[in-house]
Amino acid sequence: MSPRLALFVPLIVFVVVAPFLWLALDRDPNELPSARIGEPFPAFSLPSLKHPEKLLNTADMRGQVALVNVWATWCYACRIEHAMLNELALKGVKIIGLNYKDNRQEATRWLNQLGDPYAFSIFDAQGSLGLDLGVYGAPETYLLDAEGIVQYRRVGVLDQRSWQREFAERYQLLVSSDVD
Amino acid sequence: MQWARPIGNRSGRGVIISPELGHVALIIALCLALLQSSIPLLGSYLGVQRWMRLAHSLAIGHLVFVGIAFGCLVTAFMLDDFSLRYVVDNSNRSLPTHFKFSAVWSAHEGSLLLWALVLAAWGAAVAIFSRSLPLVFSARALSVLAMIAVGFGLFMLLTSNPFERTLPFPPENGSDLNPLLQDIGLIIHPPMLYMGYVGLSVPFAFAIAALLGGQFDSAWARWCRPWINVAWVFLTLGITLGSWWAYYELGWGGWWFWDPVENASFMPWLVATALMHSVAATEKRGVFRSWTLLLAIFAFSLSLLGTFLVRSGVLTSVHAFASDPERGLFILIFLSLVIGASLLLFALRGPAMNSKSAYTGAAREVMILTNNFILVAAMAMILIGTLYPLVADALQLGKISVGPPYFNFFFVPLSLVLMACLGIAASSRWRHTAVDVVAIRARIPVVLSFLLGALLPIPLGIWFSAAEYSIIAALTLAAVFWVVIMSLQDVRLKAQSVPLTRLPAGYWGMLCAHCGLALCALGVGLSSAYDSQRDMRMELGDVVEVAGYTFEFSGLNETQESNYRATRGVIAVSQGGRSIATLTPEKRHYQSGGQVMTEAAIDAGLTRDLFVALGEPLGGNSWAIRVQVKPFVRCIWLGGLMMGIGGLIAVADKRYRRRKKIPSMKRNRLVEPALEVFK
Repeated sequence: MSPRLALFVPLIVFVVVAPFLWLALDRDPNELPSARIGEPFPAFSLPSLKHPEKLLNTADMRGQVALVNVWATWCYACRIEHAMLNELALKGVKIIGLNYKDNRQEATRWLNQLGDPYAFSIFDAQGSLGLDLGVYGAPETYLLDAEGIVQYRRVGVLDQRSWQREFAERYQLLVSSDVD
Repeated sequence: MQWARPIGNRSGRGVIISPELGHVALIIALCLALLQSSIPLLGSYLGVQRWMRLAHSLAIGHLVFVGIAFGCLVTAFMLDDFSLRYVVDNSNRSLPTHFKFSAVWSAHEGSLLLWALVLAAWGAAVAIFSRSLPLVFSARALSVLAMIAVGFGLFMLLTSNPFERTLPFPPENGSDLNPLLQDIGLIIHPPMLYMGYVGLSVPFAFAIAALLGGQFDSAWARWCRPWINVAWVFLTLGITLGSWWAYYELGWGGWWFWDPVENASFMPWLVATALMHSVAATEKRGVFRSWTLLLAIFAFSLSLLGTFLVRSGVLTSVHAFASDPERGLFILIFLSLVIGASLLLFALRGPAMNSKSAYTGAAREVMILTNNFILVAAMAMILIGTLYPLVADALQLGKISVGPPYFNFFFVPLSLVLMACLGIAASSRWRHTAVDVVAIRARIPVVLSFLLGALLPIPLGIWFSAAEYSIIAALTLAAVFWVVIMSLQDVRLKAQSVPLTRLPAGYWGMLCAHCGLALCALGVGLSSAYDSQRDMRMELGDVVEVAGYTFEFSGLNETQESNYRATRGVIAVSQGGRSIATLTPEKRHYQSGGQVMTEAAIDAGLTRDLFVALGEPLGGNSWAIRVQVKPFVRCIWLGGLMMGIGGLIAVADKRYRRRKKIPSMKRNRLVEPALEVFK
């Protein structure tokens, strides 16, 4: 390649890469374009975090309106949201943990130290369930109705504000329709 | 007229008009920037001296008006003016005054205003200190800076105006500053970081001005160098402060998380470091010219990309407190224009790459090339790790997240190689350094550093009660000693021919920064090798021993501060019966947001930090408590500080202050020959 043409290489690379950033904007993870909305929670069979001998599956996800929270000890933001989860659990919200690509020992220690807001945690060491679910990264929170259908998804930290804005109403609605 | 006088006083609530002043000042600043981006540039092509000179005064005027806007926003925070949406979202009457001040830049709109202010300040600095540069060049550079200012000014006024009102019914009180950000670290960390980020716009503007004028000689490189150094110093200190802040404020003892936002600040730093070295070669030997230009473009592009990533919500991160896809689109368009246009200009006007090599052996050019290769490779690997989830998603490869294991896997070996080269680099010479001479010189340091590296982990292991011999510690120590011994040896060799006081400041700056890097690596390596951590349930009166230190949970009390309530544990630390410190970690409940924060207590020391954090109450008087002993962790930030100081020493080098009278011949050469007729 002539030296003159070589100067065009950076420009070409940029032109190729730029559209991805643009596409990414459309798929803004906070706003959620999850293919899973309105579909049942993907089928799986994975051990429980605290009881390795116990296998969990889709049946465990049904029966009650619940949040599914994707978390991991390597996830920096999960720690920030943990206090909020504890608070929600105290208020009686059922939260199911999806411990994503993590180490069992560290994850257990984390729960002992920070408190365990989860009804149970699914131990997804390989991230296979995460892949089926379309997990973008931890933390993520899904709202499931009593039939185990995904109703809403949030990527990122769940805090007071996002709970009020995005979840509270949907959750109440699902709970009251469940009682009817 | 009193500009901050409340007008209308219904129900005791005043409306203050300074926000309107701020808004108007922003609009005026934008207009000035528009003028600055066009007139001097036109002047430089038409050869109108007066138009070109306008750039300098416009740059200072721009700073004044952005300064007024910023002052107005600060006033609004200080006076609790809850008629401003931005103040409502980020402040509260009970917030202590210094946090009201730092709350100004705690969220999107204010950060942008700070960005704009810093950019204006850099522009004004260029206007003031570039008087000795050729007028055509400085006018073009200032025009380029103004173009960036126009972009950010429009962005602020169109999508994120900090002066938006909540009238006619302003709330009584604000929703408070995020407790995570109520910290001294936040007061200084973002301004430092922005000084660095935005400071990279100056070498960028110089590079564009050089491309426009076709001048890439060593004079150009010499003009750039102090600006690159100063921006780099700010960036280094900003990142160091950020890491320190994360360590003590986020409350769990980590100091680097490979979070997208941290990466966003680290990537420009890596490229700026590469740039700082390659521009030296361009100045001294006239080599790597196109590469240096490209690095200058990339360094600034990456800091824009950082802004895009943080502000658009494309990647989630704890730092992305406020994000909005519409804003993201604006930044993306701006980013594409800036990068696309400058790369196009580079492709059309860049100096053709010179393939014949004018350097051999272990010459300094070769070492700088290696340095650049490693730094840019590290940057590329972080960029891929940060953007891969986006690309994979867009290509439907499935959604994938990349965690710290990926980054560490690449970064640790790269850093070791970098340090291995760094040892040789300092003593290399320009043009030619014989490999066998280097080999002879390096013989003793190699043996010495490997010996020290292999042996020292044994006493260190005993000291910090490590279970086994640590390979990480051995490698780190070997690399660190290698760099330090080689640096000292070079000083000794130089001292044989020149008195030490005659060595230039640039040389001492380099040594200081290199040893700073070694110190930083020492902290990273040893703290990860000998870190001991225990998470346990402790009842009042319980005693636990970690790494030879005894921790006693001796008390628990409740306190009430102006905007939060805290539960405070008292933990007495002793070693061998001798009392060392009393640590008081807190669990804070912030009233206005209902948020709970963990405030760790740290007993800092050069050789070790004792770190205690309160977890959750476990009923009765028992708590989950995390105790950590972190050996040498301070060295990480001391090393960063030392690197920054090294950069400052290098800037102080006399030769940057020598102002050569530029012969008029040279000035004319910069004007397009075809346009000379207009003069």
